[in-house]
Amino acid sequence: MTLALYVPRRSPVHRVPAGGKLLALAALAVLLFAVPTVPVAGGALVGVLTVGLLAARVPVATLARQARTVRWWLAGLFVFHALFTDVPTAALTVLRLLALVLAAAVVTATTRVTEMVAVIERLCAPLRVLGVRPARIGLVVSMALRFIPVLAERAERIREAQAARGGSARGIRGIRTTVTPLLVQLLQMAHTVSEALDARGADDVPPARGHRSPAGA
Amino acid sequence: MKTRDLAYVALFAAVIAVLGTLPAVNIGPVPITAQTLGVMLAGSVLGARRGFLAVLLFLVLVAIGLPLLASGTGGLAVFAGPTAGYLFSWPLAAFVTGWLTERFWARYNVAWGTLFNIIGGMVVVYLIGVPVLAAVAGLSLGEAIVSGALPFLPGDAAKAFIAAAIAAQVRRSYPVIERPQREVAAR
Repeated sequence: MTLALYVPRRSPVHRVPAGGKLLALAALAVLLFAVPTVPVAGGALVGVLTVGLLAARVPVATLARQARTVRWWLAGLFVFHALFTDVPTAALTVLRLLALVLAAAVVTATTRVTEMVAVIERLCAPLRVLGVRPARIGLVVSMALRFIPVLAERAERIREAQAARGGSARGIRGIRTTVTPLLVQLLQMAHTVSEALDARGADDVPPARGHRSPAGA
Repeated sequence: MKTRDLAYVALFAAVIAVLGTLPAVNIGPVPITAQTLGVMLAGSVLGARRGFLAVLLFLVLVAIGLPLLASGTGGLAVFAGPTAGYLFSWPLAAFVTGWLTERFWARYNVAWGTLFNIIGGMVVVYLIGVPVLAAVAGLSLGEAIVSGALPFLPGDAAKAFIAAAIAAQVRRSYPVIERPQREVAAR
């Protein structure tokens, strides 16, 4: 689960402003669910692959990695629909989701996270009247985007460590020995990150008269 | 909000996202996912305000097109689908859970926590999610309860208990809710 998968290239797709790409992604999602037919979903998938691989020259491996993360889920969904609904619905569901996942992957591969965050900040500008500072929203979004792969990696490492010992932490014992320590570790990491950010001037406390006492920091 | 609060908010948005990578069980229109566990945790570890914002932030990430929902979906479309009510109920669920947790912080334990998680993470979620499901999917309210609430009772109750167990332990070793008050006292 890697979200920071920007692939630097000189392509028309990369040059499209982030806002435009996000809008296109949203429009695609609306279209796929508004017109639930196999040709539309299949066409969208082909279109996404054309734009991603040919126009934006995103490596096949990058897109394949994204598809791999959802493969079991898609397979399960296909089997479920094939058994309980029908095969066309199963195909439609899988094609549609694959198209969306890959479209999102193409957008993330061709758009720097900083650009994405800038779009969100711009969208949040009207909230200024409520005392919300758009820059803080940008900060919290970039932190979340950075934390997701970190977390996924740590959880995966624990899973691997447990598998290597031939067991898995389940039940209440698992919570006490694995989940809670991980969560506490992550809270501490978040705290450390915030201190580092504050040290670099992200603090929202305006430079007050005099210096702030260490006890109050 | 302090940068530290923003970091906690971002962290729990990420926790909810990563819980979405656990396999979801699809029964009928609404999938059973581990993500509501994250919603309960956000409320019971961070409290009302930060918990609410963490879930809201997660939904913003979904809305801008990251495929973070347990179903591997994302984008604006999910906010118009039959399960949209559940999604919209999540921030409120975290808020209610967090508010109750803060209110009874001094005597918080697994039993109380489970109750708070049930009120916030189940009652609030069903109250909003089920009517929306009925309206969007064209079901009667009874049918919507059968397909959109009943199948989740055992799983959600288990999640409420698990989230409370985790929150009670975090409270002992790294209390996030208590901390600001202590700092005020030290000043």
